[in-house]
Amino acid sequence: MTLTQSSIAPSGRLGASRTEETQAAAPEQAKDWPFLHAPDALTQSSVTVTKAGLRREVRIFLTNPNAIIGLVFLLTVIVVALAAPYLFPGDPLEMVARPFLWPGQNPVYPLGTDSMGRDVLAGIVHGARISLTVGIAATLIGLTIGVLVGSIAGYFGGIVDDVLVKLIEIFQTLPSFVLLVVLVAIAQPNVLTVTSAIGIITWPTVARLTRAEFRAIREKDYVLAARSLGYGHVRIVFREILPNALPPIIVTSSVMVAGAILMEAALSFMGLGDPNRVSWGSMIGAGRDVIRTAWYLTALPGLAIVFTVISLNLISDGLNDALNPRFSEERR
Amino acid sequence: MSALLDVHDFSVAFGASQPVKGVSFTANPGEMLAIVGESGSGKSLTALGLIGLLPHHAKTGGEIRFDGRNLLGQSERNWRKIRGRDIGMIFQEPMTSLNPVLSVGEQITEVLRIHERIDRKQARQRAVELLDLVNIPEARKRVDDYPHQLSGGMRQRVMIAIGVACNPKLLIADEATTALDVTIQAQILQLLDNLRRDLNMAVILITHDLGIVAQWADRVMVMYAGRKVEEGLPEPVFTKPYHPYTRGLLGASPRAESGHHYRQGPLIEIPGSIVSATGEKGCAFRPRCPSAQSSCGFAVPPLRQISEDRLAACPFTPTSFVSHAHDASLRS
Amino acid sequence: MIVSGRLFQRLRRVVLQAVPTVLGIVILNFFLLQFAPGDAADVMAAEAGSATVETMADLRSRFGLDLPVIHQLLNYLNNLAHFSLGYSPRYGMPVAELIGQRLPGTLVLMSASLLFALTIGVILGSLMAQFSGRLPDRVLSVGSLLFYSVPGFWIGLMLILLFSVKLGWLPSGGDSTIGSNLTGFAALADKSRYIVLPALSLSLYYLAIYARLTRAAMLEVKSQDYVRTARAKGVSPLRLVLRHILRNALIPITTLAGMHIGGMLGGAVVVETVFSWPGLGRLAFEAVMARDFSVLLGILLLSSFVVIIVNATVDLLQAWLDPRIGESR
Repeated sequence: MTLTQSSIAPSGRLGASRTEETQAAAPEQAKDWPFLHAPDALTQSSVTVTKAGLRREVRIFLTNPNAIIGLVFLLTVIVVALAAPYLFPGDPLEMVARPFLWPGQNPVYPLGTDSMGRDVLAGIVHGARISLTVGIAATLIGLTIGVLVGSIAGYFGGIVDDVLVKLIEIFQTLPSFVLLVVLVAIAQPNVLTVTSAIGIITWPTVARLTRAEFRAIREKDYVLAARSLGYGHVRIVFREILPNALPPIIVTSSVMVAGAILMEAALSFMGLGDPNRVSWGSMIGAGRDVIRTAWYLTALPGLAIVFTVISLNLISDGLNDALNPRFSEERR
Repeated sequence: MSALLDVHDFSVAFGASQPVKGVSFTANPGEMLAIVGESGSGKSLTALGLIGLLPHHAKTGGEIRFDGRNLLGQSERNWRKIRGRDIGMIFQEPMTSLNPVLSVGEQITEVLRIHERIDRKQARQRAVELLDLVNIPEARKRVDDYPHQLSGGMRQRVMIAIGVACNPKLLIADEATTALDVTIQAQILQLLDNLRRDLNMAVILITHDLGIVAQWADRVMVMYAGRKVEEGLPEPVFTKPYHPYTRGLLGASPRAESGHHYRQGPLIEIPGSIVSATGEKGCAFRPRCPSAQSSCGFAVPPLRQISEDRLAACPFTPTSFVSHAHDASLRS
Repeated sequence: MIVSGRLFQRLRRVVLQAVPTVLGIVILNFFLLQFAPGDAADVMAAEAGSATVETMADLRSRFGLDLPVIHQLLNYLNNLAHFSLGYSPRYGMPVAELIGQRLPGTLVLMSASLLFALTIGVILGSLMAQFSGRLPDRVLSVGSLLFYSVPGFWIGLMLILLFSVKLGWLPSGGDSTIGSNLTGFAALADKSRYIVLPALSLSLYYLAIYARLTRAAMLEVKSQDYVRTARAKGVSPLRLVLRHILRNALIPITTLAGMHIGGMLGGAVVVETVFSWPGLGRLAFEAVMARDFSVLLGILLLSSFVVIIVNATVDLLQAWLDPRIGESR
């Protein structure tokens, strides 16, 4: 039987002194109990300490079959997106063949062509680039702003907190998609504005979460210990609080990427995407008018969206299972 | 007069492990029987078995004769008729054992209206009377309070009120005072004592606190590793313990009168810990027993009748009871 | 009585807290209007075909568009107090009236979706909790993952494809049969055919969320001590689920449902567009196409107010459901 402890510096010494004690006590006790077979700390001559670091969470994540599937799916999409210029060089918005070729009709265009004779497969492959770029970039923006605001509000409290909370509330009250549409319409649609706008929509959720975590962790004993040692604010925030607040933020970020991809698709569908780029949403929007005859034009890009978003949701579920038990421990 | 409750060779198994291995005991009206044991001894599972609340996958064996009828194997519907009405049970954690969204009065009237033909007004009146019975001050006002408005001790009183509401013949108290302050503990036990006399109700007190047993129980039964290892009246059991485990338990309890101050030497521990409940040949206590012989490893020692009302599952008679002789002062 | 006293106190607190939020939203809205390209004078001039510089200056001073910003803000607030949201040249009517016409359509759609999502979601979630770990749970879990990952507009189109184009069972757009003069019950029956697909499309995402949440909440509540106490009282299984388990599990669900109103309004934009449903969402789409910012921002403002009202209601509902809330800590 081994004793497992999580490594906080002082306990290393504690473990050592216990070992010395037990070694002295063991021989005497053993004499009185000749049939003693049950293991316990008194008779152990050594105590091994294992570090409970991040490896446990990674292991839990990697042994979750759903998470692995999600990871594989997502990697497929990423690889396809990266390889797009090589697989389909040139502009996917170019006309290449006669319009309304059905999938399978012409092996050169396995997914057919659209109303303007553009290759559907090329469109989907290139569309992956937009979706992933916007999804990841917008999430990064949202995370940055959200963590910044949330940590300041949660750490300092008082007036600062009150003001920032009101700000978060205001943004959360405005219906996200409507605000998104307004922002993009005002600023003229292109990849940059769409990405920034989505980032502006999503930061409040992260901020709320970060604030809640900071408020809870701020009261913990190890933070008090750090303060009593005279550590400055920056050091406390970055070394004590933030690493422990990360798990729910990590889980949320995977959900945010999925949401950003869906929002970008909806914007492009409505015609508010970058007009110079092909996106899954814009393909669906273009195919809408001919749904009766050429429904594959709406079905196929949609399936691409579903595939990508499912992969992200599987990953986020896996992350949740791996990180959450620890997360709820921290809150206690 | 046949016993109200006659448990014969009751066992509980979960797959390969058997946490309760053939336990037999009786309980009579107005009597307080204490079941003592450490965690893992099977006492709580026995209690849950008496009221039919074991998990679905548990396999039970033996007989539980209550009022002449065998309860084991009956349908869930029949169990529900008995629960709350003929057999009542109260649990360990008063803080979480009451539904937070229902008022105290609603939870008492619920058990009344399930088992008796009684209308709302009468039920509410009964609830107020019951709250009075368990010594809750201002019962008329308190009946509409919610659990979070009451202290731990008061919530446990409410639990008792619910437990005795339908005048059950048997009340099982599973570690009902463990989570309470010592002074409140004494009040609750006094209350249970009064109630069992007034209502001529059998009470089974499940506990690990020998002090409670010594002070309140009419009979005591010691369980270890799923078996009964000793039984008798408290005084003889505590002054002349036959089973080494009982001796160990008593030795491990510091008592003021024994003159053994903790500074004079270490508290006597029973070394080791309970081993898992999967099949071990021979006496289960053998690995931790100071008097074990090789013969102890061949078969499980049967309960032998030492005198009337006195049983012990150890073939050896202790040579002396010196260290505990002066504990006639146990009962203060 | 004690109950209503507690609720009344909470209502007062909720209203007081909402005031600065409302103010903040209004001011934000105003500044967004300022940033929008072109002002009312440009729009009117465009409608007229052309205008000289003098005409534009004249228009501007007449509508107070050349005043300093703070004056314009005060005018804006004043207008709001009189329930005026500006004028839409494209539609030729005040924005407030326009929105008022379209608002009921969206409310109907959202209510139907929310009701459907909550009811079916809670039922499915309870089933998943009941059969936790076994086949029905796994199948429903996969299903909910699917619903959760599908874009609303695309599933709307697919539903149209299946039920309208291929099967011809349900209409593909609008909210009632054009040209029919049905009244009373027949009208209701007719309308219900039109609402099925849009409401379904809008609700699927939320249905998945509620199912998953119900499952988690019920599993957690099931393992609570007070459920064991209730069983020890001899409570029947049905009563156990309804009175003890669901009553507690619904508390987090109602909180979440309230937070979804904003998202649902956004979803309504695309769904109404796909199904040509006459509501605020489609109006927003049309306004975007026409770059009619006064309408667009009017919609933003009004939908924010809807969100605030719904949040307040959910807050009160929660306080009613959970007696622990609202007590002074």
